[in-house]
Amino acid sequence: MKYKTIHTAEPFTAHPGKAIRMSDFSQALGFLFLGACAAFALFFLGSILYFVIVRGAPAISWEFLTSAPRKAMTQGGVAPAIVGTFSLTLGAIAFAFPLGLACAIYLTEYSPKTILVNIIRLSIANLAGIPSIVFGLFGFAIFVKVFGFGVSMLSGSLTLGIMALPGIISASQEAILAVPQSYKEASLALGATHWQTIARVVLPSSLPGILTGVILNVGRVAGETAAIMFTAATFYTRGYPDSIFSEVMALPYHIYALMTEGTHPESQTLIAYGSSLILLTLVLVVSSLAIILRQRQRRVYGL
Amino acid sequence: MDCDVKIRARNIDFYYRRSRALKNISLDVLKKRVTALIGPSGCGKSTFIRLFNRMNDLIPGARVEGQILLDGFDIYHPKTDVVSLRRRVGMVFQKPNPFPKSIFDNLAYGLTITDVRDKEFIEHKVIDSLKKAALYNEVKDRLHDNALMLSGGQQQRLCIARCLAVEPEVILFDEPAASLDPISTRKIEELLLELKNEYTIVIVTHNMQQAARVSDYTAFMYLGELVEYGDTERIFTVPKEKMTEEYLSGKFG
Repeated sequence: MKYKTIHTAEPFTAHPGKAIRMSDFSQALGFLFLGACAAFALFFLGSILYFVIVRGAPAISWEFLTSAPRKAMTQGGVAPAIVGTFSLTLGAIAFAFPLGLACAIYLTEYSPKTILVNIIRLSIANLAGIPSIVFGLFGFAIFVKVFGFGVSMLSGSLTLGIMALPGIISASQEAILAVPQSYKEASLALGATHWQTIARVVLPSSLPGILTGVILNVGRVAGETAAIMFTAATFYTRGYPDSIFSEVMALPYHIYALMTEGTHPESQTLIAYGSSLILLTLVLVVSSLAIILRQRQRRVYGL
Repeated sequence: MDCDVKIRARNIDFYYRRSRALKNISLDVLKKRVTALIGPSGCGKSTFIRLFNRMNDLIPGARVEGQILLDGFDIYHPKTDVVSLRRRVGMVFQKPNPFPKSIFDNLAYGLTITDVRDKEFIEHKVIDSLKKAALYNEVKDRLHDNALMLSGGQQQRLCIARCLAVEPEVILFDEPAASLDPISTRKIEELLLELKNEYTIVIVTHNMQQAARVSDYTAFMYLGELVEYGDTERIFTVPKEKMTEEYLSGKFG
């Protein structure tokens, strides 16, 4: 068989002869559209950061970070709110981390594969979709009233913990399921029990992933307002919490209060922006921590 | 002859849910010999070997019928302790699977899970096992480095050493060299010949030459059935079954 050779002037130009090809045009248009959407999303993130920094930065000073509000919250700092947010968040971790991890271990390693367990899984996923104000009401009804913890750090931490729970459970489940089956087989084949395999092989391998999930979810609830509005936060305290049954100030609620109440909008707005900047910084620091942890995990396990 | 039987499989049927993966297999594994299971992919040889340490227990919907006797005791008896069975019957897998821990901790793992606390004993055992697995000289200066830094062949010898550290009686090799280069493969094969002086070895391989080189007995399996079992030399020179002959001469597989 003979092959016929076709000679053209420019054999590999994209569209010989034609001025423009329709498919090239639509491709260019498509890229442009996608790029514009990405830029649009980035624009909002950028402008939020810009406004918070530009308006908040003038408020920041050593005194702002370390002292309590003065003169009906028109002057002074936000230290009690920072302390409050920290303690609420720590309390939420202390409650939600062990519970969520145990739950994830049970669901991935021990639970029988039945319809009931699938329903449990779905319910946990749905828990994540409940509006935070509902969590707030629930916390008020259960922790504040039924358990009698009052409006307190304890009630707020528990409420925030419950909010963080579904995220922690699903992140932990994913991290546990990502542990290669071959590690488990190796362990079992050496005569380890199921529990030893979980405790010594599965958990150490998945811990960075679990911690990433925990940190991200806790970072999310740290900025929560509605959930602590009825359960923990107070408009104003001069001092710091002295027990887990104390009411506390918290940054998000403090911002809310500054913007909705009071008689000196100008000076209060400045403080609100300053508080926002601090809250934003805290959450970003926490998220970066999670990202660094995840990178380290990828390096160690070659994922 | 009978007293030398280490593992006796009697009329084994194995089901994955509905499908029957092994059909009425009976086979004796002799003490301190190398027994090779050969056959084309999917013939059930890995499934069969994984019955000996009950690794198939992990598969949902799996069911075994028949008996497997280890030194005369039924390993599928309801009262059998799977944990101690697996300490007596070790396993090396197809893909090297060291833990993402140090070389030392990989070796020590099998000991610490039985609450061995004596540090001197553990250290002695670790070094001894690495020597037996012909890995010690290559890693003696970096016992506390991560095992995942080793090459594939070294990782596989590490897995063998890890298995030796718990002092099993039987070692099951599930295509131990399938993912390795020829030089690493040769090292593993030399190691197998060393180890058979002390251990009963069962090896699954789809490399016929490997079976010929390392094993004393060979079983040929096809589609879940045991076609022929006997002396390796005899199987490779004068197979009784036509199918064995065709497989060994490369007509299928």
